[in-house]
Amino acid sequence: MWAIELPPFVPFFIGALLILVSRGFLRAAIMLAVPVLGCIHLWMVPEGIHWQTEFLGYQLLPYRVDRLSLVFGYIFHIAAFISVIYSLHVKDTLQQVMSMLYAGSALGAVFAGDLLTLFIFWELLTLSSVFLIWASRTEKAYQAGLRYLVIQVLSGVILLAGAIFYAQQQGSLQFEFIGLEGVAGWLILIAFGIKCAFPFMHSWLIDGYPEATPTGTVFLSVFTTKVAVYALARGFPGTEFLVYIGATMTCFPIFFAIIENDLRRVLSYSLVSQLGFMVVGVGIGTSLAINGAAAHAVTHILYKALLFMTMGAVLYRTGSAKGSELGGLYKSMPWTTGFCIVGAASISAFPLFSGFVSKSMILIAVLSEGYDWVWVMLIFASAGVLHYTGIKIPYFAFFAHDSGIRTTEAPTNMLIAMGISAFLCVMLGVYPQVLYRLLPYDIGYNPYDATHVLAQMQLLFFSALAFAWLNLRGMYPPKLKSVNLDVDWFYRRLLPGIIKPCYAMILKTDASVRSYFMKWFRQFLFYISHHHGPEGLLSRTRPTGNTVMWITILLSCYMAFSFIYSK
Amino acid sequence: MDNNKHIFDNPKNIKRVIHLLYICCAVLFALDFVIHRHTVHPWENLWGFYAIFGFVGCVALVLIAKWMRTFLMRPEDYYDPEEPLADKKTVNEKGVDNVGH
Repeated sequence: MWAIELPPFVPFFIGALLILVSRGFLRAAIMLAVPVLGCIHLWMVPEGIHWQTEFLGYQLLPYRVDRLSLVFGYIFHIAAFISVIYSLHVKDTLQQVMSMLYAGSALGAVFAGDLLTLFIFWELLTLSSVFLIWASRTEKAYQAGLRYLVIQVLSGVILLAGAIFYAQQQGSLQFEFIGLEGVAGWLILIAFGIKCAFPFMHSWLIDGYPEATPTGTVFLSVFTTKVAVYALARGFPGTEFLVYIGATMTCFPIFFAIIENDLRRVLSYSLVSQLGFMVVGVGIGTSLAINGAAAHAVTHILYKALLFMTMGAVLYRTGSAKGSELGGLYKSMPWTTGFCIVGAASISAFPLFSGFVSKSMILIAVLSEGYDWVWVMLIFASAGVLHYTGIKIPYFAFFAHDSGIRTTEAPTNMLIAMGISAFLCVMLGVYPQVLYRLLPYDIGYNPYDATHVLAQMQLLFFSALAFAWLNLRGMYPPKLKSVNLDVDWFYRRLLPGIIKPCYAMILKTDASVRSYFMKWFRQFLFYISHHHGPEGLLSRTRPTGNTVMWITILLSCYMAFSFIYSK
Repeated sequence: MDNNKHIFDNPKNIKRVIHLLYICCAVLFALDFVIHRHTVHPWENLWGFYAIFGFVGCVALVLIAKWMRTFLMRPEDYYDPEEPLADKKTVNEKGVDNVGH
């Protein structure tokens, strides 16, 4: 085994550097080779701490390998490989370099054994990913990217503050169980929560991801949020608060997803909802639940990337990903349609597809720990997912009414990437033991028993029946060109709405105060100039003789008076 | 151009899909009475719990979402920056004006 101490982010960072100086075929080869070689390398690395150093008296562990980080490490490599294939047609150095750095930063964060290293990669994730949004090179994307950057940097700053408090409390920066005791725990939870799209902190995701390039969104959907899930699973397993946060996350975005028109934004809402399942798993914290959260992260990365890829292909070919403008595309993009349906079936957790084998673990963990109402919310979200993603995405893009758009099938590299993910989605669904073997805890678990399969099938088919019934009766909300208000309204409309009038008022007050003083000052100047100016009373020039005459008069008067007195 | 008839251009095929869905639902509902479940939660013992929950839940979901449109929906250009553009224009006009002087 060579170079055990080589952390997994290094090949990606070197790859990014090599991409910068290479062209064409060589560049593509490098981009493909990095995740493959990286994954093989990681496969051979044993668990343990492979790199430690000291900084200001604190022990840092920039490279720590254990079973929890390995699951995320493997899937990040696989996802990076698929996303690279998907974006092979792109000739944009900025995007290619940044996506490599982005994937590398995610790996760095997952294998970070201390909070300082985590913070560094946390910020690198932000700085590299924002360019994938800006790479769209539109005004809208630029604005969305700025908002994304501000919120993500804020998350990093809070994490740093939390880490400093933590170091003071514990005397150590080691990234182990943190818990919600003291300021440090809460600060770190908030930092993780922003990246994990907790309720009211989720709008950066909904706002930013749909503005990225077709290929950029695929990368974005994989890394940032799953790093956050990993961080939560590491720092806050068994924190009951997270169960309720997660349950809320599963339910509230689905209402927005139903009425959203931009299909990539629908997928972003559904991403938040799926993250909710993982957060619930982390919150419960039993070995089954943590396994479920990790397994769901793996399957979720694959099917969500697949769905974003199909929508990216549609956007790439037709120039739009809006439900109101699409429809009938199955005629010209049959392969993409098929892959989209596989992704949709996986996210809906149909038996034999990947979502089923991971989501059922979380559901059982919830039920066996006695969170009845949370369980009800989760099955509501499980039934709903069929509506807002499982049916809505394929239906409105590829079927529904024919939009008349005739285009060509997606480029070959996109089809290959979608094919690989679709294959993995089915493979993990049919043969889940592959996935279970990689999970942090060894538990004998079999998702395929009659009870679960039947329950899930009933839930999904009757949910589909509801869709058919509502659609046939014309009660399904039609696709309308629109945007829906979300939390981002507060900082995109309300805050500017408050600040602008305040600003205007300050300007106005300032102007009137100034003008009052100026008026007064002008009057003063006028007075001065009136008396002392060129024509002023006090500045008239008189001939010298004039004065002599007056002095003569004065002296004569004086003389006259003195004569009068002396007598 | 493609003039071929596609599978769902024929309304009969759409009907077939929907009928297939009805049959699947009926069979799944019937299976509830045949297969013995290992339930954890008492509600799971109710007949057709998952089926009814799935249907009612989704109808409620869609109707509530539809109602949410009444106060959440805005035109597509809602967030588009109107004022800065307008500002730029006047600045330009002023600029041109100044040159004219």
